[in-house]
Amino acid sequence: MYDDSDLKTETDIETRFGVSRRDFMKFCAAMAATMGLPKGADAQIAAAITKKERPSVIWLHHQECTGCTESLLRSEHPTLDKLILDIISLDYHETVFAAAGHQAEAARKAAMAKNKGKYLLVVEGAIPMKDGGIYCKIGGQTSFELTKECAADAAAVVAIGSCASWGGMPSTPPNPTGSTGVAEALGRKDIVTIPGCPPNPYNFLATVVHFLTFGKLPALDDKGRPTFAYGRLIHDNCERRAHFDAGRFALEFGDPGHKKGYCLYKLGCKGPETYANCPSILFNDVGTGSWPVGTGHPCIGCTEKHIGFEKPIHALADLKTNPPTGYPRIVEEQGTGATLASAAAVAAVAGLAVGAGMKIAGNLGKSETKDGE
Amino acid sequence: MSLKRRSFLKGAAGGGAALATAAVVSAPAQARPNKVMPPQAVGLLYDSTLCVGCKACVAGCKEANDLPVDVSTPDALWDTPLDIGPKTFNVIKVYAEGTADTKDQEKNGFAFIKKSCMHCVDPSCVSVCPVTAMTKHPQTGIVEYNADACIGCRYCVASCPFGVPQSEFDTPTPKIMKCEMCKHRQAEGKIPMCAEVCPTGATIFGPIPALTEEINRRKAMKAGEANVFERRVIGSGDTHERPAAKYLDHVYGEKEVAGTQFRHMSAVSFTKLGYPELREQSYSSQSEGIQHSLYQGMIAPVVVLGGLVWAAKRASHIEDEHPEE
Repeated sequence: MYDDSDLKTETDIETRFGVSRRDFMKFCAAMAATMGLPKGADAQIAAAITKKERPSVIWLHHQECTGCTESLLRSEHPTLDKLILDIISLDYHETVFAAAGHQAEAARKAAMAKNKGKYLLVVEGAIPMKDGGIYCKIGGQTSFELTKECAADAAAVVAIGSCASWGGMPSTPPNPTGSTGVAEALGRKDIVTIPGCPPNPYNFLATVVHFLTFGKLPALDDKGRPTFAYGRLIHDNCERRAHFDAGRFALEFGDPGHKKGYCLYKLGCKGPETYANCPSILFNDVGTGSWPVGTGHPCIGCTEKHIGFEKPIHALADLKTNPPTGYPRIVEEQGTGATLASAAAVAAVAGLAVGAGMKIAGNLGKSETKDGE
Repeated sequence: MSLKRRSFLKGAAGGGAALATAAVVSAPAQARPNKVMPPQAVGLLYDSTLCVGCKACVAGCKEANDLPVDVSTPDALWDTPLDIGPKTFNVIKVYAEGTADTKDQEKNGFAFIKKSCMHCVDPSCVSVCPVTAMTKHPQTGIVEYNADACIGCRYCVASCPFGVPQSEFDTPTPKIMKCEMCKHRQAEGKIPMCAEVCPTGATIFGPIPALTEEINRRKAMKAGEANVFERRVIGSGDTHERPAAKYLDHVYGEKEVAGTQFRHMSAVSFTKLGYPELREQSYSSQSEGIQHSLYQGMIAPVVVLGGLVWAAKRASHIEDEHPEE
């Protein structure tokens, strides 16, 4: 646990985080930008992060590959791992804790008792429910029991990764262990999900920072995903979108179209039915193209239940164009109607015709009368 | 000559009587039978349930036929055709109702539809063309247009029940513009561009018997079950798998106006998708029946003209007999 007894002032950022104040403010601004928060929010975030009391975080692992943790730890953003470990008090995390066995379990129980109702529970991995949940046990407890125990007094529960969100890879049909997500296992609807395989660490960090700053979770969609990250289709922000619109597709891996960077739709890209900010936020801070589609692999839809790990990778995506925009309707009104000038011209001609007609009508029969005389 | 009202009416009555006689004398107008599918007819099948609305076919068509952009927005930035026209041979339109959140559903749903030349088996545009600028290929059945023969009467534009042939209005030497099923590509052994670029096989090309077989195969599919769908052309082997939709029994173009070589399958009724309910008898069979009966051996026109001449002669004779009247 981080010992902050030697911290002299709140603004003593250099000492506490081991980064320059400038870098720290950059981080706060980046978090605010990720969440689409208004100007000034970065200052609020800075104030929240530098608070003395760091919230306790308990991080559970179930059926998973630890990819979410690895993704978070390997984030290349300057001192990100340091920041997240120092901003919060990570009291239990099976990958990074130094303790083992009963010692570790005791630390978890102590943290839970000390921070009752205030700690943040992060769950990584799916929870097996079949046969009494015997397929994953930690310290003699099944995943379900452990999660239920920790979630009861948590201020908020965050499910990180696709496995914790809805079951992810372990739940792929026929789902032999009955894997499911945290929300479904606990029967709760207020659980934040950060799906992805792995999820982008910034989406997780931004959600946590939002919680620290404003004391509540960011706006969520119907699947518990923060809308700042999962509000838009990958397809709509994809750098290969122009190729899709023009009908230029890679037909197989390594063909001329693939080499030219054409659209990967025909290879099974799920971008058109997957909501995530991957093309905008990218991965690992190494510059453009650092996301699956950017490197030439179709999106597998890892943030979408029933798509990622379930729909075959080569299967074509359905376009989530609902409601559809940008198409002509069955009946389209065309033309611009009558302008004032054209209406005036038509009226003038019509008036002339009526006048001439009356004049002719007046003369009708006059010559015949003359003839008869 | 000063013609009195009385004598004019007399003459007109005489002419009318002659006309009525001629109508009774001539054989009653009979429609010829519908024309039949050419032996090596090729066609397209559009499956609305497979279409994802990517508009690759719209872009591909423009490229293959060297067509200009068709703008409909004030900024004129993109090719945004609202319908087929002289600059657009193929367009994807959308039917959307209510919240429009479910595909292939009539209520609160949406569906895509492709619009391009139907390549009718018995086309009206070919029938009405006075100079055979519009022709139907005797083997492939493609409805073709020859600009060198065209006199610009635009009868074809008025005759088509689908509004397909369209005339250019921004040039003093207009041509009729319509889809010719990429006949220039077919001459090179390629397939129409819309079928070539379609990523889901929503538009597929093939000989009519093969297309009919494919239609029957799809109709027999159980909704929701995974099925294999081919892309580009029947027998290409380029396939993908997806759950089948709940198809309507009605396949548009199978029976309408004696059948078309471009057919549509959908889960949403075709009247909603902008395709009119049409009878099975072709319009050209009826109009040609009437016209060919009326003018058969030129008998009826001769009789009518004779009656008119007689009536005119009689009227002028009366005038001559009583010059003082």
